[in-house]
Order: sequence, then structure tokens, then C-alpha cells
Amino acid sequence: MGSLFTLSIVQSALELGCIYSLVALALFLSFSILNIADLSTDGCFTLGCSVGAVVTIAGHPFLAFPAAMAAGICSGFVTAFLQTRMGVPSILAGIIVNTGLYTVNIAVMDFSSNVNLFGCDTLFSLAKDVSDAVWYADWHKIIIVAALVIIIGVILSWFLNTRLGLSIRATGDNEYMVRASSINPVVTITVGLCVANSLTALSGAVLAQYQKSCDINLGTGMVTIALASLIIGETIIGRGGMFKKVIGVILGSCLYRFIVAVALRLSVPAECLKLVSALIVAFAIAFPYLKGKASFYRLRRLPAPADGEDGDGEC
Amino acid sequence: MLTLRGISKTFNPGTVNEKKALDHVSLELEDGDFATIVGSNGAGKSTLFNAITGAFYVDEGRIVLAGEDITFRREHSRSKVIGHLFQDPLKGSAPHMTIEENMALAYLRASTPPHAYFSRISGREKQMFREQLAQLDMGLEDRMKQPVGLLSGGQRQALTLLMATVVTPKLLLLDEHTAALDPATAEKVLALTRRIVAERRITCLMVTHNMHQALELGNRTLMMDGGRIVLDIRGSERDHMTVDGLLDEFRKQAGRQLDVDRILLS
Repeated sequence: MGSLFTLSIVQSALELGCIYSLVALALFLSFSILNIADLSTDGCFTLGCSVGAVVTIAGHPFLAFPAAMAAGICSGFVTAFLQTRMGVPSILAGIIVNTGLYTVNIAVMDFSSNVNLFGCDTLFSLAKDVSDAVWYADWHKIIIVAALVIIIGVILSWFLNTRLGLSIRATGDNEYMVRASSINPVVTITVGLCVANSLTALSGAVLAQYQKSCDINLGTGMVTIALASLIIGETIIGRGGMFKKVIGVILGSCLYRFIVAVALRLSVPAECLKLVSALIVAFAIAFPYLKGKASFYRLRRLPAPADGEDGDGEC
Repeated sequence: MLTLRGISKTFNPGTVNEKKALDHVSLELEDGDFATIVGSNGAGKSTLFNAITGAFYVDEGRIVLAGEDITFRREHSRSKVIGHLFQDPLKGSAPHMTIEENMALAYLRASTPPHAYFSRISGREKQMFREQLAQLDMGLEDRMKQPVGLLSGGQRQALTLLMATVVTPKLLLLDEHTAALDPATAEKVLALTRRIVAERRITCLMVTHNMHQALELGNRTLMMDGGRIVLDIRGSERDHMTVDGLLDEFRKQAGRQLDVDRILLS
């Protein structure tokens, strides 16, 4: 089993785990905290990827990230606007925006279904030139994405403890309480979805520079993958403060990538990966329920305390 | 303090389910008034509260609070000055957030945005929350970092009461807020309500199904039926009123038998 994890597999699992953990953090905000299933995540990820790719090709590798985040904020705003001001149910609002984003994404890439960034300066290529050390060549990508994710994680957990963050958390926690207090749910839902989608888009932009390409179908199934990471994270961390939960989500994302890496290593064909993710999510969500069921069956199978046979026989 | 001028609300107008929930209700609450409201189910008590808090807008009439017309003000903006407690103790606080965070949310009413949006709970505020929680005498001040979901119903309702009054509201609406609690806890929450309302001279409306409570608490008793206020007594008239008298009065006013089954004659 020693050959299951080679160094390069560990490295790429960590790199991808960190990059995709930004989407998991976005879903942590929209799904876990705001209690909204934001199905525009797939399209928003591709939006961030395509905007990031196009801006990078234009020669602005650093500007690519704020540009992608701004695009994500716009997408989140539209989703929030539909559900808070237009009375569209939240799941439908996400699906509608997701559908619309397909055209937007194609348009951003100048009506082609993919673009590549070969020969362009990226955050990774620029960082690689900083040092000639051998170890640095191997590890610079991880250092960059880990630093980015840690910064975002710290900012997010700080934000969730500010007054605005508390209001956002209360919005998803107790609808009645929010109505009876001075919190405006329209504002909190809008801000929450804008922040979440900006993280999703940022993740897409980082991936575009990481793999030096962007494809229109890149985001397909992203919701499921991010949910898997989120649920794995919540399962391993359990209860705790916001910072602990954020760390859990990042760990969950890395762990998910390891599971995928192992699946690939066990020669599961790459075409089957989506099915593997779906199975992981289904299992991870069903696990607490199945655990409860199992303990119920164990309880039922225990012999009933028969009168007078064994035991103390009090009567 | 609170003036209702002929407010009406009809649900599902023009359908078979049409229901006139409020029928030209007018009411004038003085500063510091504590009025109890009785009435059978469907009399319009909760609808009246929801009209005041802005859960919906009234079809006609005006709502004036502290000299300001709030008829078309939005719900969250009204809640800055109106405290509202529900019968269900789970509705008043966020279960996955800590006691301290819940208090901070309630204290948002005191802060002035936008600069307050990105500030965190300060040490001074924590100290203040601690002192306030200590007044409940439930040991909650030592559990400030625990999620509210771990508290019992009575503790949660007491906390909700504290949250509704941490910034003194202009109006406090209590919708049978002790009805879901066991008798001993209900007594405790009621004593707490009485103390806080008296100390801060909060203008207060309280729905109850307990006729004794209706006459004993506060300084005014209202009775609702069919979306109207059919009885409004205070002063010596109220002092001489008995539970039986209240029921008789109701029959006289409303012209029909009160749905006695639903009213607890404790």
C-alpha cells in the first residue's frame, strides 16, 4: 500500500484540495449558515474561471482574482435579488442564474468553449521565479494556494463574528427570531450570497491559472464536490467555533481530494469520477442517519429482560 | 404611546376563505400602560400583534407609535423599537449560536450602522450581557459560550425576554409567552416580566388565556372577539371585576356565549 501515495499524488491532492476548499467555504456560508441551497455554484465557478483566464491572458495575472471575485459578487447579487425581491424560490433562483451563466461564460471566453493560458504569466509562474531552490520548485504551488486559503479562512471566520456576520448566521438559524429583531433578511441574504459567490469565483480563477486552461464544462458537478468536502469537514470537526469549522471545511476538501486520488490510483477510470463523488456525497449525508438506525437495530436485538430468568428478579 | 386608528385586515379577500381578522380596531395605549388581552381562538389577538410588528400591512387605518406613523414602515425597522415574544420558546433565539452571540444580536438595536457592521462584540458589552443574564438567576451568565439550543424552554423564554428588553423597547408585545412552560417556570418568567416592565416603565400588550392573569397583571384589560375590541376596562372598574364578571361582560358585549372550553378558568 506504500505505493498508494507517491509524493506527487500527495502534492496535487493538497493543491487541488486547497483550491476547491474555497468553493466548499462558499457552500459553508450559503448552505450551512444561510440554509440556502445555492445551485448557481456550478456556473459561478466557471464564471470565475473564465473571467480569471481572460484577464490573465490580457496580461494582468494579479488583477484576475479581484476581477473574478467581482464577477462572482454580481452573480450572487442576481441570485439574491431573485429570491429576496422577486419572490423566486431559492433553489429555482440558483438554477435560473446557473442556466443564464452558461451563455455569459461562453461570451466571456469570446464564444469559444475553452481557452488556454500557455505562455501567459500566472501567479504560479511568477512565484516560481522567486527562488531557484530545488524544494521550492516542488512546493511553491502548495505554498501559494495554502497561504491564500488560510488568509481567506481567517478573514471569513473574522467576518462571521462581526455584527453583520452574526446577523447573517441568525438569518439561517431562526427565521422567526430575525423577523422579531432588527435584522433585515434582505440585506443579510444578499451580503451572504455575494460573499459566497465571490469565493466560488475566486476558486475558479485560481484553478484557471493553476491548470492554465478554462473549459465551459469545468464547473459541472461542482456543487456536489463542494458539498462532499463540506460534509466530510463537518463530520471530522463536529462542534466548535467559526474558526474551527472553517478549518474543518478546508481539511474536508483536502481529504476529499485524497479519496479521489486513491480512487484514481486504484485504476478507477477518470470518466467515473463524477459517479464516485456522487456516491461519496450520498454516503456522507446518509451516514449520521444510518448510524442512528444501526443503534436502533442493536437496541431491538437485545434480549428483552425476561421475568425471573436472569437478572436481579426484583419482583 | 401606541395609537391604532381603525385598522382592518382581511385575509384571502374575495375567496371562500375570506376572513376579516381585524375589523376597525382602535386603541390608545398611554405611556407605561400594561394591558392584557383575552379572547377566544381566532378573535384576532395574534393578528393584531402581527399588524403592529409589520408582518403584513393593514388594509386600512393608521398605526402610530410614539408620535410616529409606522403604518407602512417595514418589519425590521419597526423591530428596532418593538419587542415581540411568541408562545413557542424556540422562536425567540438562534439555537446554533451562543448565548453571548444571541445577546449581541439583540443589542444590535442600540448600534448605529454602517460603521457598526464590521465591529465585534466588545469586552464591555460582554460584561454588560453577563450582568443582565445574572439577573435571571438561572446561571446563564456562566454558560455564555454555550449554544442556546442546549437551554430548556423556560431558560430560552427568559433569555428571549431579556433580549427583547436589553435595549428598552417603546412597546413590548407578549403573545402568550408563558403558555408553553411548566407552571413553576411560567411563574418565574412572569415574575421576571412583571419586574422588567415595571422597572423600565415599558408600554406593554400581553395576550393570555388565563382570566386571573388578565385581571391581575398590568393596569388594563382588553377583550377581543371577531376582530374587534369588545371590552376595555381599567381603574376601579377593573379592580372590581371578577373572572365571572369578565365572562358576563363578554356575553353582554359580544352578544353570544364565549367559547369557554378554550379559556382556562384557573
